[in-house]
Amino acid sequence: MKALVFERQLARFAASRVAADLAGSGHGVGVGPLELLEVDPPALPGAGFVRVTPRLSGICGSDLATLDGRSSRYFEHLVSFPFVPGHEVVGDVAGGALDGQRVVLEPVLGCEARGLSPLCAACATGQKGRCERIAFGTIGAGLQTGYCADTGGGWSAGLVAHESQLHPVPEHLSDEAAVMIEPAACAVHAALGGMESGHTATGGQRVVVLGAGTLGLCTVAALRAHALPGVLVAVAKHPEQRRLSRLLGADHVVEPDEVVRAARRLTGSMALPAGGGAIERLTGGVDTVFDCVGSAASLETSLSVVRPGGEIVLVGMPGPVKLDLAPLWQREVRLRGAYAYGTEETPAGPRPTFDLARDLVESAGLDRLVSGAYPLERYEEAIAHAAQAGRRGSVKIVFDLRRTRAKEHL
Amino acid sequence: MSPRPGFVLEVDRSTPPTLFWHGEGFRLERLPAGSRVVYAPEPLAALADPDAEIRRALEHPLGDSAPLRSLLRPGMRLTIAFDDVSLPLPPMQAPDVRQRVVEAVLDLAAEAGVDDVVLIAALALHRRMTDDELRHALGERVFNAFAPHGLLWQHDAEDPTNLVLLGQTDQGEEVEINRRAAESDLLVYVNINLVAMDGGHKSVATGLASYRSLRHHHNVRTMQNSRSFMDRHHSELHSSNWRMGQLIAKAGVKVFQIETTLNTDTFPEQFRFLQRREWEWSLRDRAGFLASSKALERTPPELARRIFHSIRAPHQMTSVQAGEVGAVHERTLEHVHRQQLVQVEGQTDILTMGLPFICPYNVNSIMNPILVACLGLGYFFNLYRGKPLVREGGVVIMSHPTPWAFHPVHHPSYIDFFEQVLAETTDLFEIEAKYEAAFATDPWYVHLYRTSYAYHGVHPFYMWYWCAHALAHLGKVIVVGGDRAAVRRLGFSPATTLSDALEMAEDVVGRDPTITHLHTPPLLIADVT
Repeated sequence: MKALVFERQLARFAASRVAADLAGSGHGVGVGPLELLEVDPPALPGAGFVRVTPRLSGICGSDLATLDGRSSRYFEHLVSFPFVPGHEVVGDVAGGALDGQRVVLEPVLGCEARGLSPLCAACATGQKGRCERIAFGTIGAGLQTGYCADTGGGWSAGLVAHESQLHPVPEHLSDEAAVMIEPAACAVHAALGGMESGHTATGGQRVVVLGAGTLGLCTVAALRAHALPGVLVAVAKHPEQRRLSRLLGADHVVEPDEVVRAARRLTGSMALPAGGGAIERLTGGVDTVFDCVGSAASLETSLSVVRPGGEIVLVGMPGPVKLDLAPLWQREVRLRGAYAYGTEETPAGPRPTFDLARDLVESAGLDRLVSGAYPLERYEEAIAHAAQAGRRGSVKIVFDLRRTRAKEHL
Repeated sequence: MSPRPGFVLEVDRSTPPTLFWHGEGFRLERLPAGSRVVYAPEPLAALADPDAEIRRALEHPLGDSAPLRSLLRPGMRLTIAFDDVSLPLPPMQAPDVRQRVVEAVLDLAAEAGVDDVVLIAALALHRRMTDDELRHALGERVFNAFAPHGLLWQHDAEDPTNLVLLGQTDQGEEVEINRRAAESDLLVYVNINLVAMDGGHKSVATGLASYRSLRHHHNVRTMQNSRSFMDRHHSELHSSNWRMGQLIAKAGVKVFQIETTLNTDTFPEQFRFLQRREWEWSLRDRAGFLASSKALERTPPELARRIFHSIRAPHQMTSVQAGEVGAVHERTLEHVHRQQLVQVEGQTDILTMGLPFICPYNVNSIMNPILVACLGLGYFFNLYRGKPLVREGGVVIMSHPTPWAFHPVHHPSYIDFFEQVLAETTDLFEIEAKYEAAFATDPWYVHLYRTSYAYHGVHPFYMWYWCAHALAHLGKVIVVGGDRAAVRRLGFSPATTLSDALEMAEDVVGRDPTITHLHTPPLLIADVT
């Protein structure tokens, strides 16, 4: 079968990083460690595993960071090579209790998928994203499907998944809607993730969402659906992103260089000048910032606009950043990571994040964010498009495996 | 030879191209045959001895006022308020009129043994003046005598300890003004009456007032009913100020008003072509125009701005009158009209105007898009008496680069107004109801207004309201050569050339429209019959 395989090849890894640095994200694919190969389907690694034939598989920001050679070395021991990327997957199951069903993949490879018993404390409470054993068990290291050598990934004609990772898709939901459930789940988790510590963006809070790619837009929608922010400011660079931010529920949409002023005028905060009339940072600010970018610049902006005692939620995958943490310390700002999903505390009791995400995709019409589909063969083009999605008026780019699958059946 | 009056030219085939101001530059435009061009009267002769005329005015006041000398006595509190940096335009060559008048008043005060004297720049909600600007307005001698001793103040409309509520007019308008001015034994107000709108009761009731007071006349309803600002008897803005002025007098505030008028000698020698009629340009004028235009084409905008803002106008004083506010102002208006009135017969379908680099609110600063709108629709559109130059439903075509640029120190709330408010709506009443209060009371804007050099948070709203009459009257507003995004944000239509704009205007006013070009500056008032 065809698969895009990511090998551990340091020279090519370095080459892709240089190319991405020089020509921009997504431009290092041709010289990088990703190759389209004819491979054997992955073996079923143990009990409870079934085969999944992808229909659509998304290209995520974390995939792009990996391909650009920008991802953190932190992940070195949390992945196993070679792996097939692709963790936003809708596909069809062969075997097991869900045989023949269309499913979305919950890609986190927690204790259950790893055949570990008893479950770790996090997995036992449904917080799979916080699994303490993602490098152990019956399968190789890999925090998610798409980063594990033993499971395969969505950028291929076939992968294996543990039944506990699979969620049936209702018939009325399109493949495009279904492929948005995973990124929507990340956003729902970010929006509701502070519930346990009592720091959700509820009750009239003033909230800024930085970044308006897939994750940013889903976060806007998730906040609007699951929290009750008093004022929601979305920060979007490109016109289509601004339009969608408004449609999905942002009260104000501003460009990146306007965010400090926007946060100031909405909160009535005082400000510290940077000279020449510019504002360096606010002395007050918004209650919560959802940073869906994860760069040093976005974190710096977050720290400039969050109020003392407020919270910054890191939704976008960060890499190594150089950052002055003095304002975090002096203003007693909380910095919270929001990774993946599991079970969410809701006013109606605990619910799987994926269920909430499926509802959100339907109610907010997130299928409209899928704006480009490519066959695996055109992967370089697809990845370049995904890397420039905002600039090109697009949001989510996916691989469309439906045709590949039909060909392989012939 | 006496100066020639204003003039309305009818364009024919032999008419040379007409000069349009275009920010820090100019355009020569060929107007269609049959168009009219309204030219300002030539500058009136200056007073031969302005200092002597000032002394005469102080000794022979108008109305029921006694001579200034007799109002001064030892032990009294004397406050001298003066117009701020927004007047005159461009700033005049030294000595400034304010310096001449203030020195004359101070001489009399000194002779009378008055030693409690404070000078106050009547800023209203404008930005504070820099020391250099104060030095230029008042002269080194006055500045050095007062500023180091804390006796040269700038009105602070947000200083609760130095404001006093004098009461309400019969229309419920609260009158809150500068406490020092109100509680002085005598308040002398020194005006530069560049246009007919300036002066009268507006001087104290606006220049020394707080937001609480100003909001009663700086609002959409009042602005829409001021037709025009240059005709005080048909201006609700002035009616409100006059009611307030009467209340101020009734509250016991004794005002000695000094008003001065200037001629329209607006540009120094190297820019003389700007105030000549094109068909009368000499070889030197043509050379001056060509040299300036070519040089400006290659000059970065910031440098061009600095060059233009360094212009000092050779304005000369044409009259000075002092005494009781109403009587003084009526005499002043006669002088302003003598200099600026131009008879124009009938309205036009399309009014064109070239907007210069300066308006009252961007001295030594950037003409941001909101100020472009205000200069064109608030000021130039209102340069009429009788009826507007352009008919109801007509089109105004303005020429200005309209850069999406703001002076962050002077105009911080303008940036937010443009980025947030105008991005959501350009509707005057909606803006007033939804956003004004928040901007007016925003503590950051208040802080910058009081401690930096920022216009008050509410000021961009006032600039937008200033356009209210024009926006209600016009069918379309087109900006030639402006930043397209900025023009659209204002709710106007961008055009690349004048002929494109005229074609677009025809969609609104129909084929073969009448066209009139307002050739200003120099300033004029169209007396439209």
